[in-house]
Amino acid sequence: MATPPIAGVARGTGAVRRSRPSRRTPWRLVILFLSPWAIGFLVFIVYPMVTSLYFSFTHYDLLSTPRWIGLDNYKFMFTKDAFFWLSVKNTVWIVAVGVSVRILFAIATATLLTRPRRGIKGYRTMFFLPSMAPPVAAALAFVYLLNPAFGPLNQLLSSAGVADPPLWFFSPSTSKWGLVILGLWGVGDAMIIFLAGLLDVPRQLYEAADIEGAGPWQKFRSVTLPMISPVIFFSLVTGIIWGFQYFTQAYVTSTVNATSKTSLGYPEGSLLFYSVYLYQQGFSYFKMGYASALAWVLFVVTMACTLVMIRTSRRWVHYQGGEMFR
Amino acid sequence: MSARGLATAAGIAPRPIPPGVKRRRMLSSVADHTLLILFAAMFMLPMLFILFTSLMTDQQSLSSVIWPRPFVWSNYVEIFREVPLLSYTWNTTQIAVLSTLGTVLSCVPVAYALSRMEWRGRNAVFVVVLSTMMLPFQVTIIPLYIVFVRLHMIGTLTPLILPAFFGDAFSIFLLRQFFMSIPEDLSDAARVDGASEWQIMTRVIVPLAKPAIAAVALFNFLYAWNDFFGPLLFLGNNPKLWTLAIGLVEFRSMHRVQWNLTMAASLVFMIPVIVLFFLAQKVFIEGVTLTGTKG
Repeated sequence: MATPPIAGVARGTGAVRRSRPSRRTPWRLVILFLSPWAIGFLVFIVYPMVTSLYFSFTHYDLLSTPRWIGLDNYKFMFTKDAFFWLSVKNTVWIVAVGVSVRILFAIATATLLTRPRRGIKGYRTMFFLPSMAPPVAAALAFVYLLNPAFGPLNQLLSSAGVADPPLWFFSPSTSKWGLVILGLWGVGDAMIIFLAGLLDVPRQLYEAADIEGAGPWQKFRSVTLPMISPVIFFSLVTGIIWGFQYFTQAYVTSTVNATSKTSLGYPEGSLLFYSVYLYQQGFSYFKMGYASALAWVLFVVTMACTLVMIRTSRRWVHYQGGEMFR
Repeated sequence: MSARGLATAAGIAPRPIPPGVKRRRMLSSVADHTLLILFAAMFMLPMLFILFTSLMTDQQSLSSVIWPRPFVWSNYVEIFREVPLLSYTWNTTQIAVLSTLGTVLSCVPVAYALSRMEWRGRNAVFVVVLSTMMLPFQVTIIPLYIVFVRLHMIGTLTPLILPAFFGDAFSIFLLRQFFMSIPEDLSDAARVDGASEWQIMTRVIVPLAKPAIAAVALFNFLYAWNDFFGPLLFLGNNPKLWTLAIGLVEFRSMHRVQWNLTMAASLVFMIPVIVLFFLAQKVFIEGVTLTGTKG
C-alpha cells in the first residue's frame, strides 16, 4: 500500500498507542462478546458450506438420502447442460454491461451534483429516492412503464418519432436492457458514495491544476479519477458480487410477463440468470445436489474475481493513507 | 467558497469580480441547473407515472392515456379488499422489526470485541468476518433450507428472523469501523472508575455510536422490508404469512390485467420506505457514505 506523508502521522499516533502498558482483555470476556457471531458463523455458515460441498457430489432430491456420484454434477454442468451455459452468458452480460454502465452513470450524476452552489440537497434527494424503492415494487413498476403497448416510455418514444420502439421485456434482444434501465433508475446508493468521494477531493489539488493550466478533462483524468479510485474499486467489487447474484428483478419481470409459471427466464431464456437457474433447480425441481454444485461454482468464481481485483487494484487504486487495520 | 472564506479570514478584502467572469459563471450555472432538472425529471417521472396509473380505471391503465380521468381514489380501498394487504404489511413489519432488533443486539458486542478489546488474533477474526460478506448466500441456503424443513419451520417466520440474532457481517463491519474512531481515553477513564467491559460498552460506547447504530438498524430494516428471496423460499407455501414483496408478485401473477391496482399496491409498499427515508435522511446518507469511504 502506498504511504503518502500523512500516513507517517497516523503511524506516529499508532506508536503512542502501542507504548501504553498493554492490557489484554481476559479470554472469557472476549469469547462472551463474540459468541453471537461465533455461533452464527458455525451454524449458519460453516455447517451449511461443508454440507453443500458434500451435496454437490451427490444426487439428492430431499426425499431419499443423498447418493454419492462423484464429479457427475460438475461434469454434466460443464459438458451437457445448455441452460447452465445460457445462464452463465446472461450473468456475464449483466455483470459486464449492467455494472459498468451503472458505475459510469453514478459518477456522472454525482459529478453533476457537485457543480451548483445552491440547491444540491433538493436534487440529491430526488436522484437518490428511487434507489429506496423495494426491488419488487420497482421491477413491477418498470414492467408497466416499459410495456410496449401501453407503457408511458414507448408512448414518449413514438411521439418523439421513433418508428419501432423496443419491445423491452417482451423481446430477448432488449429484455436485459430493460433491467439495465431499472438499475440506472435506482443508481442512488452508488451515486451517494461517489458524491462523498468527490466532495472529499482536496480543493488545493484542483487549484494547483488550474495554475498548471489544466483543462476540465485533464483535471478529471489526473485529479478526480485517481482520488476517487478507491470508491470505484469498492463499487466494482460490490457490483460484481451483486451481479453474480442478480435474482429478484429478473425473477419478477420474467414471471410477471410469462404466460406459464415454468418458463423462468422469459422471454426465450434471456432473463435466465445464474441465481434464477439455481433457484429453479434447487427449489422448483428439488435437485439439491445439482443446485449445490451450481452454488459452489458460483462461490469459486466470485472468490476468484474478487481476488484478481484485489491483486490488480494495487496498480490503479490510490489510498490516501486510510488503513483498514490499526 | 472556502477560498473566499480563507481570504476574509486572513483579513484581505475580497476583490470585486470582473463582469466577464460573472457572466461566464452565470451561464455555466444555468447549464448545470438545466442538466440537473433534466436528470431530476428522469428520476421522478417513473414515480409520477406509478402514482397516475394507480388512480386510473382498469381500462384506462391499459390505454395510451397518461393523465387519469376520472381520478379513481377508490382503487386504494379496492386493493385492501382484493388483497390481504393489511396482513402482508403486518407480516413484513414483524419480520423487519424483529430481525433488526436481533441484528443490533447481536452485532454491538461483537463489534465491541473486535475494536475495543485487546486480544491475540483480533485482526484475523475480523478478516474472517469480512470474508463472509463476500460469500454468496447460495452456498449456504440449500442446507439451511433442508434444516428448516426438518425442523418443520418452512411456512413460519422463524427462518427469516432467527439468523438475525447471530450477527450480520456487514453490520459488524460498520459498527466496528465506527467504534474504532472513538478515542481510547474514554474507555480508560471509565476503567479507572471501575467500570466493567459491559458497562463501558453500554454506557460509553453505545451512546456515542448512536449514528452508526441508527444506520445499521435502518439498513437492516430496509433489507428485511424489501427482501424477496427469503420470503419466497420460506413462506412461499403459506399465503397467510406472505410479506408485501411476495404477496405483490403473486397478486400480479393471478390478476393479469389490473395494472391500476398493481401500481396502487406497489405504492403502498413503497410509502413506508419513502417516509422512513425523509425522517432519517441524514442517518441514511451518512450511513451509505460510511460504508463506501471507509471500506
